[in-house]
Amino acid sequence: MKTLQRSIQELLRYPSAVAGLVIILVLIGISIYAMVAIPYDEAIRLWRGGEEEWYQNPRNVPPEWINYFTKNDLPRSFVLSSQDGSAEKVVAAGAQGSTMTITYTFDFPYDDFPQELILYFSAMYAEKQPYVTIVWLTPDGREISVAKFSIGRSHTYRFSQDASLRRKLGGKWSVQTALFANPDEETPVPMKGTYTLKVIGITFEADSDLDAKLVMHGKVAGLAGTDHRRRDLMVPLLWGTPIALAFGLLAALGTTVTTMVIAAFGVWYGGWVDEIIQRITEVNMVLPFLPILMMIGAFYSRSIWLILGVTILLSIFGGTIKNYRAIFLQVKESPYIEAAQAYGAGNWRIVFRYLTPRIIPMLIPQLVVLVPGFVFLEASLAVLGLGDPVLPTWGKVINDALSNGALYQGLYYWMLEPAVLLMLTGLAFALVGYSLDRIFNPRLRGQ
Amino acid sequence: MSESIQVEEISTKATPKKKGTSTLSRVTRYTAVRLVTLFFTVVVGVFLTIMIANMGGYVDEIRRGEIREMVALQANANPAIRGLDIEARNAWMNGQIRLAEEREHLNDPFVMRTANFLTRALTLNLGRSLRMSSDSGSRTVRLIILERLPATLVLFGTANLLLFFIDLFAALYLSRRYGSFLDKVIIALTPLNSAPGWFYGLFLILIFAAIFKVLPFGGMVDAPPPEASLDYALSLLKHMVLPILAWGVSSVFLTIYNWRTFFLIYSSEDYVEMAKAKGLTSRDIESRYVLRPTLPTIITTFALMLIGTWTGAPIFERVFNWPGIGRILFQAVGLYDIPVIVGSTVIFAYLLAITVFLLDFIYVLVDPRVKIGQEGGSRA
Repeated sequence: MKTLQRSIQELLRYPSAVAGLVIILVLIGISIYAMVAIPYDEAIRLWRGGEEEWYQNPRNVPPEWINYFTKNDLPRSFVLSSQDGSAEKVVAAGAQGSTMTITYTFDFPYDDFPQELILYFSAMYAEKQPYVTIVWLTPDGREISVAKFSIGRSHTYRFSQDASLRRKLGGKWSVQTALFANPDEETPVPMKGTYTLKVIGITFEADSDLDAKLVMHGKVAGLAGTDHRRRDLMVPLLWGTPIALAFGLLAALGTTVTTMVIAAFGVWYGGWVDEIIQRITEVNMVLPFLPILMMIGAFYSRSIWLILGVTILLSIFGGTIKNYRAIFLQVKESPYIEAAQAYGAGNWRIVFRYLTPRIIPMLIPQLVVLVPGFVFLEASLAVLGLGDPVLPTWGKVINDALSNGALYQGLYYWMLEPAVLLMLTGLAFALVGYSLDRIFNPRLRGQ
Repeated sequence: MSESIQVEEISTKATPKKKGTSTLSRVTRYTAVRLVTLFFTVVVGVFLTIMIANMGGYVDEIRRGEIREMVALQANANPAIRGLDIEARNAWMNGQIRLAEEREHLNDPFVMRTANFLTRALTLNLGRSLRMSSDSGSRTVRLIILERLPATLVLFGTANLLLFFIDLFAALYLSRRYGSFLDKVIIALTPLNSAPGWFYGLFLILIFAAIFKVLPFGGMVDAPPPEASLDYALSLLKHMVLPILAWGVSSVFLTIYNWRTFFLIYSSEDYVEMAKAKGLTSRDIESRYVLRPTLPTIITTFALMLIGTWTGAPIFERVFNWPGIGRILFQAVGLYDIPVIVGSTVIFAYLLAITVFLLDFIYVLVDPRVKIGQEGGSRA
């Protein structure tokens, strides 16, 4: 316990180690937050959800905070609904049925046009369909009649798909541009101010009702932006953290501990046991690690736990086993081992109580230094299209970004967000690992 | 990466010294023994690969299902067969299925099938691909793979050779002025090694291709490929800049740091002091007294670097869209083309084995203990 305390104290003397530890703590904090805020099932449902889950989000847009760094303010996305009170609904009852006016009022202080405007109607009626009239009021007082049609029980009206509206607006620009543009200008410039959209619905039955939701897809959304399937990138970024940490730590722990035990047994028993371990190490050297993992991912299962197991299995007989073996060979000759044998200690006792503890100081830094490699391995597999089919991970976001040409299209946030998180994770463990290495193995201290 | 912290050595087994044998015969013997051992190692490696690829005949079952589907489609497409009554049609289909299965030896006993598969994999005689075809239009797995091999070799060969010499000279330079500002910068940059090369590739593509538009996003040559060979070479070089840079950023600093530490340790030996006292030039001291004894270790690190390259090739080639065997494997996984997946995995095993063998061979040349046949040459 005291040595541990001393090691930690010494570790805190290295500024790089402190920086690394802080990053690791923050990552652990994010992991806990992710698991509490979005339960596992919910995260998977969100990540695998399609259009019906994410229809309120625009496609491929950067996060909202990007506006602080750019000259042009990009329009935010929002939803106004007559059901939750964010839009005003006035009902004037008539003899047969009623007239309802739903008014959506919103500020538009942005320098760019939105991606899309959509109205989702839901209506209640027995036989006669309600009839709606949509009117658009601009800040300079123009009144544009958008469309008139009767609606079924649920109806979706996409402004940009309405060809007749486009012709009505001059046909020069797309609908969502023309609705917000100043018509006097040659090139489209958004007119800032308060816009109003009025939906006037007439129902023809006494207990008939009508509601409508206005969804504006802006050009920024959320804290992390969205991807090609409108998903909020916050979900994989948050949930990628615990997955990356768990995979990295478990793989590093599994590999180092198993390697240590096997090396100890090989050295202690010697002879053919040792010989077999040596031969396996040689065969392992010509086994192509990543291609075999790809093969397993392609043929059997892409489950992260299977991949974790195979990764550990293939890494056990890596280069480090020879390091450990060399050290154990020295330790084996120590007098205290002879003493243990003299008092009648069994083989297992000697291996676990006397041999293995000797390389713990070497093992701890090794373990920490190995973590980034495994975190990146998981990302590599995801980038090769072999990520876990259900879990949202950082690597899968990078894979989506690469496959959808994020870099060609200038959607840099899409790739940079997971990449920066990966980078931070790798760096943090590397910094702590190298400092630990210096503390536990002063021999290796740089000259 | 852990391997490079504690640089360790590839096991070399020197044959026991026999009095009166010449250096040449000892070297030949050593090489022959290594070659045989490595051959068996490769056989075992490929065997394991195949066992994974066809665990318990699982892949054969998939193939069987595909044959059945294919024959059913053929039966539907052929008006003469479609016109037959159900029984005759089934008989025809079963005959076709049996023929196809026998052609692919799917009905042999499992051991035979595995042995057969092993020999075919070892000779890369994996028959025809299921879906992919080579650029020249062939469906032969061997051609598909061998056609792309040069691309991989050019990229990673150039990258490794270039980086080897950069590492070596930078390490020698820094060992002469350790503690300098540059030395401290290199040490500070060693944690960059914690991320793999392809990862830096993403950033480099973003900076140089997407933002500054000075270098290509990926690929091997411009499209269409330039006619003149000089233009072709220039275009190839242009496309190689980013991959090599990416590989370099991830490996160069730690390697330089490790090697420079080695050089420092060896430059404090007595015989180096002696050489200095004799008045030899620093160049002579470096090449004869510092570089010479460290060379085996240096080559071992280089070996591990090369092995890392082959292992990382699929992801590297996917990120840079480099048309090598790594990308073949990536594409084959996407298309579920079993023979190509197995074939490219085997090719990687071969590349690893050849690397290990070449480095063993170079080891013989640089490690005097092997040459003079001392037992010291065989180490843990």
